[in-house]
Amino acid sequence: MTRISRRGLLRTGAAAGVLAASGLPLFAQPKRGGRLRVGLNGANTSDSWDGRTHSDLYMIASAQGAVFDSLTEVAADGSLIGELATDWEATPDAKTWTFNLRQGVTFHNGKPFGADDVIESLQMHVAEGAKSAAQPIVAAISEMKKTGEHQVQFTLEAGNADFPYLMSDYHLLMYPAGQIEEAIAKGIGTGLYEVTSFEPGVRMTARRVDSHYKGDSAGFFDELEYIAINDSTARMNALMTGQVDAINRIDFKTEALLKANPMIRIQEVTGNQHYTFPMLTKVDPFTDVNIRRALKYGINRQELVDKILLGHGLAGNDTPIGPANQYFHADMEPLTYDLDKAKFYLKEAGLTELNIDLNVSDAAFNGAVDAAQLYQASAKGAGININVVQEPADGYWSNVWLKKPFCASYFSGRATEDWMFATAYEAGVPWNDTQWDEPRFQELLLLARAELDSNKRREMYHEMQQILRDDGGAIIPMFANYVQALSTKVATGDTVGNLWQMDNARMAERWWMA
Amino acid sequence: MQSVIRIILQRLGLGLLTLFVVSIVIFTAVNMLPGDFAQAILGQGATPAAVESIRRDLGLDQPPITRYIQWLSGALQGDLGNSFAQANFASFVGADSGVRTTVAQQIAPRFENTMFLAAVTACIAVPVSLVLGILAALFRNSVFDRATNVTTLTSISSPEFFLAYVLILFLAVLNPVLPSLSNIYDGMSFGERLEKTLLPALTLTLVVTAHMMRMTRAAIINLLASPYIEMARLKGMSPMRVIVKHALPNALAPIINVIALNLAYLITGVVVVEVVFVYPGIGQLFVDSVKIRDIPVVQACCLIFAAAYILLNLTADILSILSNPRLRHPK
Repeated sequence: MTRISRRGLLRTGAAAGVLAASGLPLFAQPKRGGRLRVGLNGANTSDSWDGRTHSDLYMIASAQGAVFDSLTEVAADGSLIGELATDWEATPDAKTWTFNLRQGVTFHNGKPFGADDVIESLQMHVAEGAKSAAQPIVAAISEMKKTGEHQVQFTLEAGNADFPYLMSDYHLLMYPAGQIEEAIAKGIGTGLYEVTSFEPGVRMTARRVDSHYKGDSAGFFDELEYIAINDSTARMNALMTGQVDAINRIDFKTEALLKANPMIRIQEVTGNQHYTFPMLTKVDPFTDVNIRRALKYGINRQELVDKILLGHGLAGNDTPIGPANQYFHADMEPLTYDLDKAKFYLKEAGLTELNIDLNVSDAAFNGAVDAAQLYQASAKGAGININVVQEPADGYWSNVWLKKPFCASYFSGRATEDWMFATAYEAGVPWNDTQWDEPRFQELLLLARAELDSNKRREMYHEMQQILRDDGGAIIPMFANYVQALSTKVATGDTVGNLWQMDNARMAERWWMA
Repeated sequence: MQSVIRIILQRLGLGLLTLFVVSIVIFTAVNMLPGDFAQAILGQGATPAAVESIRRDLGLDQPPITRYIQWLSGALQGDLGNSFAQANFASFVGADSGVRTTVAQQIAPRFENTMFLAAVTACIAVPVSLVLGILAALFRNSVFDRATNVTTLTSISSPEFFLAYVLILFLAVLNPVLPSLSNIYDGMSFGERLEKTLLPALTLTLVVTAHMMRMTRAAIINLLASPYIEMARLKGMSPMRVIVKHALPNALAPIINVIALNLAYLITGVVVVEVVFVYPGIGQLFVDSVKIRDIPVVQACCLIFAAAYILLNLTADILSILSNPRLRHPK
């Protein structure tokens, strides 16, 4: 019989207690090896390794998620960490940023990584005639200076405290200077995985780089295989029959079938993706804030979450800032479905009845037409008669969105508050789909942008969310969850990124074979 | 033989005319769809300036007739052009390095895959339906005949995707013998490729078998009432021999016609099956291209489909002439 000392018993007992409390199985240690096969949608025959063209999950997961790196990276818990940059600092006005780059990093073709690569890789976004979705980010940099082999200094046109966050954008990949064209053709980056084959719109395979600066802390698979499966049923079949280890975006209608399979688990995170009903606040009757408020109280948000998202989401509060944002105002009093208040505001506007058109199509988001009809039914009791006009899906974004005074839309959300506001809520930006320009909000937007003190920013962003909720022109009834399904053969960390699907598209880096 | 060659040339000429008409119809149809490439590819980001710039780059701001004539003059010289997606990508890069994938290069591997699927299906479906048809004729009105008819008619009456899912359920989910994912790619061995192609091929087999099998059966039964068959029977030949030796050769013409039509279907009608099994064939490329209004690719795909129909029909006619001595030696 082995003797157990009191002290030893306490020690092991305590350890077991901690483990039990954390809910962590003992084997949850990442380990190297295996081949990760994933079925992803959003693939196209016109896909390439050019970061400027990336817009959907397949290429984001292949490029930033595996083969390429950016200067910074949003970790699974939402914090910002360095990827190819080790650290950065700003002048107090947040206008000049100095980035120190990681040393000893090499591209897959052996070329060492340095300051020139950063400058050239960023400049391709503002090249003459180039169309990059990240163009506004790079265009805001007035000067890029190489201050050392491994140091770059950016001077911005106006202070921006979120600049390091912007550098984590999936378009801003680092290519080898002087060989960018070749790197785009072959997929040569500094990432954890090296491309072994790539057939656009069909399949991508890659193998783990032998020695990588991320070392043993990331990139646990030996090999990757990303299979393009745009059809959701085919994706589910592939997972059910074990031909892939994980799939993105499951069809909620078949969720029960996936759940019934003991070899499959469903992973769900609430991120910033949200569905909206924007009103043009420069067009009557939406110019009147009372009308906007009446409409805000006439919608049953929870019903939409339950019936349109089948529960896979979160009721919204008419702000685009979601749970994946740093300064998300979680304690703000939620907008409820309240017909008395809706009637009250209608009366304030001098009306007893309101007749309006709502132009929708499922091109805006899945179930937009049904959502509009639910809205129609719920608002009726307050004397708001919504006429649902069904528009063709083709050309919806060109002919309806930004043109019709009241329609449906969606945003995938942004990593930072400022980025989201600058995309769709700053006065005068092309995507401001509400034409809303409340002066206090616009003032705070500029103040918060250049503010480096996190506490002050939190206050400002909370106030802005409040203004948006009470005055804003967009009804944002729901945040839609990212729902993906994994084989039990694959293990993930405790915290899964909620900025983007599939652990921020970084499953190759963060997951491992159980 | 002279007349046969004349027919071939005549039909080929008419075929070219048909292709020309098809290209006009497709071009008009795609232009009539709401939205164009610029709007489709930009989606939510379709600001007027961005749409304008893409349209300018691709020449979409030209009137349709000018664009059609440009495309036609290229096509007549054997140049099917560049897909919009590729051309747009080139302008993305800023400088057009001139290295672009042409439509022909884009379609070639996909077409090869579709042909492979069609070939595998044909290798299964044609012998199976001929044998089933002959046996059904031989044992007509028996339980076997009825069962074959019911089964094949049921399968042809069900939508393709339904058949595909039923096969997936039984052969991939409940009894995992075949993969449900047919993502074939370069560098696969022939065996692997065949294994991955089997489920879509079986689905297509179920779709085309009924037509061929029933035509075989009907044509043979039709002949069984002729006096020369009665003669053969009276000679004491076995029923099988009567059918295979005497009835079948005379029934070949309609059977060949039906087989050719179904082969054409295997090339042009595989869209749904390719999508369900994620098979990288021309059907999927076609669907993707229609979705983004990539007219050059849509045109090329349609021309291939039309050409397949025309050529296979021509082959069917020629073969039925050659299989019929009366037509082979007209008086």
